[in-house]
Amino acid sequence: MVVLFDKDSKVLVQGITGGVGSLHTQRMLEYGTKVVAGVVPGKGGTQHLGLPVFDTVHAAIRRTGANTSVIFVPAPFAADSIMEAAHEGMKLIICITEGIPTLDMVKVVDSVRRAGSRLVGPNCPGIISPGIGKAGIMPAEIHLPGKVGVISRSGTLTYEGVAQLTAIGLGQSTAVGLGGDPITGTRHVDALRLFNEDPGTDGVVMIGEIGGTDEELAARFIQEEMRKPVTAFIAGSTAPKGKRMGHAGAIIAGSHGTAAEKKEILRAAGAYVAESPADIGVTMKRALKGRQ
Amino acid sequence: MKVHEHQAKDIMRRYGIPVPDGRVVTDVAQARAAARELGLPVVVKAQIHAGGRGKGRFMEDPELGGVKLARTEEEAGAFAGRMLGRTLVTHQTGEAGKVVNRVLVEKGLDIARELYLGMVVDREKAKVVIMASTEGGMDIEKVAAETPEKILKEWVDPGHGLHAFQANKIAFGLGLKDAEVKAASPLLTGLYNLFLKEDASLAEINPLAVTKDGKLLALDAKLNLDDNANFRHKDREAMRDLSEEEPLEIEAAKYGFNYVKIHGGSVGCMVNGAGLAMATMDIIKLYGETPANFLDVGGAASSQVVENAFRVLVSDPDVRSVLINIFGGIVRCDLVANGIVEGLQKIGRIDVPVVVRLRGTNAEEGIKILEASSLKFSIAPDFAEAARKAVELAKKGGA
Repeated sequence: MVVLFDKDSKVLVQGITGGVGSLHTQRMLEYGTKVVAGVVPGKGGTQHLGLPVFDTVHAAIRRTGANTSVIFVPAPFAADSIMEAAHEGMKLIICITEGIPTLDMVKVVDSVRRAGSRLVGPNCPGIISPGIGKAGIMPAEIHLPGKVGVISRSGTLTYEGVAQLTAIGLGQSTAVGLGGDPITGTRHVDALRLFNEDPGTDGVVMIGEIGGTDEELAARFIQEEMRKPVTAFIAGSTAPKGKRMGHAGAIIAGSHGTAAEKKEILRAAGAYVAESPADIGVTMKRALKGRQ
Repeated sequence: MKVHEHQAKDIMRRYGIPVPDGRVVTDVAQARAAARELGLPVVVKAQIHAGGRGKGRFMEDPELGGVKLARTEEEAGAFAGRMLGRTLVTHQTGEAGKVVNRVLVEKGLDIARELYLGMVVDREKAKVVIMASTEGGMDIEKVAAETPEKILKEWVDPGHGLHAFQANKIAFGLGLKDAEVKAASPLLTGLYNLFLKEDASLAEINPLAVTKDGKLLALDAKLNLDDNANFRHKDREAMRDLSEEEPLEIEAAKYGFNYVKIHGGSVGCMVNGAGLAMATMDIIKLYGETPANFLDVGGAASSQVVENAFRVLVSDPDVRSVLINIFGGIVRCDLVANGIVEGLQKIGRIDVPVVVRLRGTNAEEGIKILEASSLKFSIAPDFAEAARKAVELAKKGGA
C-alpha cells in the first residue's frame, strides 16, 4: 500500500559512523525503521548504535539480508559506494550525498541499470512511508500516514509540501525525494509509474524545478497513462537564465526548460498546477475532489 | 566554473587537439611583440567569460568588436590597446558588459570551412553526447531551433568509450574528405578524453576550422568545468579569474553557501535548500516585488554560516526588506535563530526590516529565542503570510 519502502525493507547504512550518517541512523531507528547494519571499510567487526558494522556491502547482505541501502558517504567516494551496492544486488539504493561529480553519475547510472537495482538520488532527502519507516533525513514529525504520494527534486520544498498536506488532513502513502542533481537514478516519470500502480495512493503531488526535461517526460506519462490526479508545482519562475544551465544543455532539450514552459506542458497534460508554493496542499485537495 | 578561451586552448593542446599558435598579452608592447613572433596577419581576441565577442561592441568604443584581424604589428598593438581595460558588451554579458583584462593574439589562418563541434552531458540519457554541425561559427542555439536536422548527435556508451566508427560517422557526416577524416578521429578522441579527465560539463569548438591545406584546428574554444569535481583537480584554482565573478557571490562561496544576485530586486532572501529558496523567490514575485537574490544556506547551516549569510545579504544596497524562510529538517531552527540574533548583534545597525518564518525541527524554540532578543523582527508562521509581509515592507521602504 506504499511504494519502494514497506514493512519488509531492511536498511543498511553505508557511511554509518560519520557525523551525518550517525545522526540520521539514530533518527531512522527512533522512527521504528528496521535498520539492520552499517558498512564502513576498515571498521568491520565493530558495533555502532548497537548495530553490526561490516567492511563490505557483500558481507553485510550475507549476514543480515539487507535489501535497502542508504548512503551517507562523502562525495569523492559516494559513486563507488553506489556501484558497490548495485554490484552486490541491493534492490533499492538511496544516496543522500550531495556534490558527486556529474561524470561519476554517468558511470553510476549505467552500472545500476546493468545490475537491475533502483537508485534514488543522489543529493536527495530519501524516502519515507509514514507510519512504516524512513530511509533518509526528512523530519518524520511533519508526516501523516495516508493516501497521497509525494515526489520532488528538492529537499526542504518537499517538507513544505508535505507539511501543507498534513495541515489539511491529507496523509501521505510515500514521499520520495528524487534529488536535485542533473543526473539521478529515479525521475518524476519513474515515480509516477510506481504510484499509478499502488492501490494505497489516490493522488500525487509532484514538485519540480527548472532545467532538464524530467517534467516534460512526466507530463507525457500523465496525459497518456496516469489514472490518478496529479498536483504540480515548479520552482524557479524567477531564476535568472544561464546561471545553472549551459547553452548546449538547452540544445539537447530542444527548449529552455523554464518554469513557465514546464507548467504549461503539465497543465495541458491535465495536471493541477499550483502557481504559489503556499498552495500545494489546497491544490491537491481540490484535485482529489475534482476526481470524485 | 568557466575558463577563458586561451586557457581552454591550452588544455586542448595537452589532449592533442590542434589550435592556432597564440600569446596572451596584457599591454600594447606585448601585443606587438606577439604579432612579430607569430607572423602576420594575426587575430586579436578579447578574453572574457562570454560568447558573441565578434558581434559584441565596446561600451567606450562602439565601432570596435571583441575579435579583430590585424595586418601589421602596429595594428595588432592598437587593437589590443583599445580593448584592454574597456568594457565589452555582447548578447551574453547583459547590459553591464565585462571588462577586458587580457587579450589573445593568434596567428591568422587560411580557412576553407567552419564547422561546429560540442560535447555535453545529456541529462535524459545520462550519457555524454557529441554534437557536430556544418553550420560552424554561428549561434548553435539558433541552428538547433531553426534547422535541427543540421546537428549530428552521437551518444557515447560510458562502459565502452568513443568507438572508431562513431568518430568516422561524425567526420563523414560533416562532409570531410581524405586527410581531413584522418585528422578528425584523433581530434574527437582527444576532446572526449579531455571531457572525461578534466570533468567538463561543456566542451565546445565553434568554429572548428578546416584550412585550405586540409588541417583541422580549434579556432575558438569554450570549456565549462564541473565544480563538484574540484576536489580532484588541484590546478583549477590557478585558472580562476575572480574579476569575472560577482563580488558577493565570491564572498558567499568563501563562507560555504550558494548566492546568486538578481539585479533590480528589493527583497533579500535567506532560505535553506535550493528548491525552497527558488520557491521563496517565486512567491515574492507573485506578491508583486522582485527578489534581490537566491541564497541557500544549505542543509547543515550553523549559526556561523547564518551570520555570514546575513552579512552578505545586508551588504547589498538594493535590499529594502529581508525574508528569512527556514524549514528545519537537518537544520535546527533554534540554531538558526541563535545565528540570526548573534549575527545581527555583531553587525550592529540593520537598516532594513526583517521577516522571519521558522518551521520544522525545533521551530518553537527558535521563535522563542527571536522573541526574547532585543532585536525587532516580524515573525510569521505561515509561508504566504511571511512573503506578503516582506513584500509590503519592501514597498514601504522604497517609497
